[in-house]
Amino acid sequence: MRNLKFLSLVLFTGLLYTACSNDDDNTPDPVNEEEVITTLTATLTPDGGGTTITLQTRDLDGDGPNAPEVTVSGNLATGVTYNGSIVLLNETETPAENITEEVMEEAEEHQFFYTTGGGLEVTTVYVDMDSDGNPLGTEFTLTAGNPSSGTLTFTLRHEPTKPNTGLSDAGGETDIAATFNVTVE
Amino acid sequence: MRFYVLVLLLLSSVPSISQNCNYTLSGTVVDLHDGSVLVGALLIVAGTEQAVVTDVDGKFVIPGLCENTYSIQVSHPYCTTRGFSVKVSGNMTRNFQLEHHLEELNEVTLQGKAFQNKTKTSFENEISKDELERFSNGSLGDALNSLSGVSSLNTGNTVVKPLINGLHSSRVVIMNDGVRMEDQEWGAEHAPNMDINTAGNITLIKGAGALQFGGDAVGGVIIAEAPKVSVKDSLYGKTSLTGASNGRGGSLTSRLTKSFQSGWYGTVQGTVKRFGDFEAPDYMLSNTGIFERNASLRIGLNRFAYAIEAYYSLFKNEIGILRASHLGGAQDQLRAINSDRPLIITDFTYDIAEPRQDVTHHLAMLKAFKRFDGLGKVSLQYDFQRNHRLEFDIRRGDDRDKASLDLQLDTHTLMLDLHSSFSDAMEFKTGLSARYQNNFANPDTGVRRLIPDYDKYDLGIYGIVDYRLNENWLLEAGGRFDYTYMDVFKFYRTSFWESRNYDELFPEIVIEETGNQILTNPQLNFYNASATAGATYSFKDDYKLFLNYSLATRAPNPSELFSEGLHHSASRIELGDLRFNSETAHKFSSTLQRENENFGFSLNPYINLINDFIVIEPTEIQQTVRGNFQVWEYRQTNARLLGVDVDASYAFTENFRFDHQFSLVKGYDRSQKEALIDIPPVSTKNGLVYQNRDFNNVWLQLQSEYVFRQNEFPDNNFEVFIPETDTFETVDVSTPPDAYHLLNFNSSIDFSINQKSTLTVGFEVTNILNTSYRNYLNRLRYYADDLGRNFLLHLRINY
Repeated sequence: MRNLKFLSLVLFTGLLYTACSNDDDNTPDPVNEEEVITTLTATLTPDGGGTTITLQTRDLDGDGPNAPEVTVSGNLATGVTYNGSIVLLNETETPAENITEEVMEEAEEHQFFYTTGGGLEVTTVYVDMDSDGNPLGTEFTLTAGNPSSGTLTFTLRHEPTKPNTGLSDAGGETDIAATFNVTVE
Repeated sequence: MRFYVLVLLLLSSVPSISQNCNYTLSGTVVDLHDGSVLVGALLIVAGTEQAVVTDVDGKFVIPGLCENTYSIQVSHPYCTTRGFSVKVSGNMTRNFQLEHHLEELNEVTLQGKAFQNKTKTSFENEISKDELERFSNGSLGDALNSLSGVSSLNTGNTVVKPLINGLHSSRVVIMNDGVRMEDQEWGAEHAPNMDINTAGNITLIKGAGALQFGGDAVGGVIIAEAPKVSVKDSLYGKTSLTGASNGRGGSLTSRLTKSFQSGWYGTVQGTVKRFGDFEAPDYMLSNTGIFERNASLRIGLNRFAYAIEAYYSLFKNEIGILRASHLGGAQDQLRAINSDRPLIITDFTYDIAEPRQDVTHHLAMLKAFKRFDGLGKVSLQYDFQRNHRLEFDIRRGDDRDKASLDLQLDTHTLMLDLHSSFSDAMEFKTGLSARYQNNFANPDTGVRRLIPDYDKYDLGIYGIVDYRLNENWLLEAGGRFDYTYMDVFKFYRTSFWESRNYDELFPEIVIEETGNQILTNPQLNFYNASATAGATYSFKDDYKLFLNYSLATRAPNPSELFSEGLHHSASRIELGDLRFNSETAHKFSSTLQRENENFGFSLNPYINLINDFIVIEPTEIQQTVRGNFQVWEYRQTNARLLGVDVDASYAFTENFRFDHQFSLVKGYDRSQKEALIDIPPVSTKNGLVYQNRDFNNVWLQLQSEYVFRQNEFPDNNFEVFIPETDTFETVDVSTPPDAYHLLNFNSSIDFSINQKSTLTVGFEVTNILNTSYRNYLNRLRYYADDLGRNFLLHLRINY
């Protein structure tokens, strides 16, 4: 009797073992990164007409090994004020997802910062604000100063301290940091 | 079969003899070597299963015997169990001798004696029941930390991974009541998923000497065993309540056991642990709370000749990860490291927000053994484990409440073991194991799978033999072979696939290409051999010398093979390598031990040479739209770990003792000719203990813990462009924190409530001086100090 119990126990575990090891031949579905930002495009339209300048950084493989392709369509003109707008896209999805809309929906938790370096003489002013009246920065104006060249960096922070006086006391996490080499002539 | 006949005969013979059955057998159980009495030895009369236990003088009385010949089984936790035949004719006195094995073999006996001997020639460290109870509100890692040679790899203070002689994660095997834990232990921030309160004692074997548990324990094996249930009618239990000032929480754990003379027993056990945000000396560690709930149920029948047991446990843990450790890119990393304080500090809360982990571990086990005359003890065990891990990051938009990582790992294991004694001097252990594992990565996370879907099959076979040459020498040798097959479905980024040249190396495994990803089906085979050989030499009564060589082979884990993407909590991109082979470790260790009441010590030097050791290290900086990230790639190298662990205890008087511990390990990368990363710094613990067993068992301990600065480390610093200052600045991820010294106080006192119940009250203060410090092996050391002062009150009732 006991032997029988023992045997049935062995059989049972054996069955369980094989029953649970059935392979299904279905291959898994791919996962498209939903939060990746592949592309930042800053469009600078001269106030009063002229050539629109486009600054773009595009990294279609996200965190993959390829570096972003950075393009600047042309040089800024001294003394001209440009109306700037920033568009963020996730191009790993088809059609591409517009991330700017998400950022605008959560305006209180986001802010763009514009930083110049290397002697570039341009000044920026925030245009759009969040519901608390603090800057968001998907839209801005940029005024080109004396002829010069250097870097212009767009930084998007998630959950920064608002209001703040700039990147140094904003805190939060960096969602985007895109640097462009820009010339004013 | 022969056994059944024997049992049947015995059973039928008892009632068939209708004589005077009022005879008594009494006597003493003594140690064969020195004649000292053995307290708590269990005597079982075969057939009637009548059981008695020897008293404090080693004496026993078995009443109600008839005029007959009885087989009496005498066992003691520290001795080899022996059978005696006694012819009863009237009231008799008979003394039994057992061979006291503890000192020679350092073995621990357990419920069902499933793991009587772990190794014979590796030195084993043990955490006893009493010591374990002091950690009832902590984790397994915290308890193990109290042993020399063990440190921990922490993520904050609630994710504590044991690190044995400098090695961790997949290199440390954890046996939970005979079940090999399969809880995604590959992750450096994945703590062991077991409740410390389920264990009766914990044994640590440094190195791969215990082949019955696997051949891949390059670091070591941690064996947690259930408390022993005695064969008698009894109902007992214990309840522990701990309150702590730091974290403003506590834990409650309770266990109740019912046992019967017939051998049947059952235990229910449960634990709840809840803490809010912990505090460093100068600030709140925001979002570091923990909420842990565990329950387990055990039912079994324990006889000398056979036993069966069923066990189920549920472990559920929610852990908050320091909010300030969640970073965007290298610029954020620089800001966080350069700041003295965490960048985010909020008010105290019990709420656990993102980033957090939510882990559930189910373990179900069924095991049985039976002793066969002339063959030995045959054990069979089946276990099932389901580990479900969710990790939540700080996310945006619709994904806000979704997990970033959702992995379910199912494991089925079947084990058959045979333990036999060829003679008094020779023992043999052998066994087979089969394991099937399925990992499912839920695609609904909207984040590419960190670990791909896979099926894994393992088959193992081992044999260990030990031979007692003479009074002084004990020899041991063993071998094991493991076969592992992995069937994986993995999506690679096309750009990564091509940058690694995989398109030329592995074109045959591509199933389909979808947009910018490639679906592949890697099928991997690993053939691993492992072995151990050793000797123990006992001399001058209380000295022993252990010599051991072990060969361990470990197949790469899924993380090492398949990682490919951004790891948020480390703010780095981690890349595995499909081409890895198994790593092979040769460990030579020796221990000189003196077991003496007045002055005892152990001295354990070792060297571990590991070929194809898998390390992760930074290789380059990668630009993304999010900013720059450091890329950490796994690679194989040849490593050398050299170290020594020292324990010593000196008794000034009967009640006053000085304890000392010292651990040193040096890790060296022999290929790159530089220090290995994450090697524990030299540390020493010194304590004064006062204990008076005659006065309510009062116990007082003052302990000093000094951790030196790690001076040997690889330079992995890198530079990042900071737009605000228009400069490149160095991100210092390498420099270890300074040395630190902690002072701890612990105490306990027993009060007896009634004959069977004892109340133990404990008071403890950790980090008495409220020292601000950072630990090199805490992954959050860049962002925040470690814990400040903590007052703990323990109440425990044994009933």
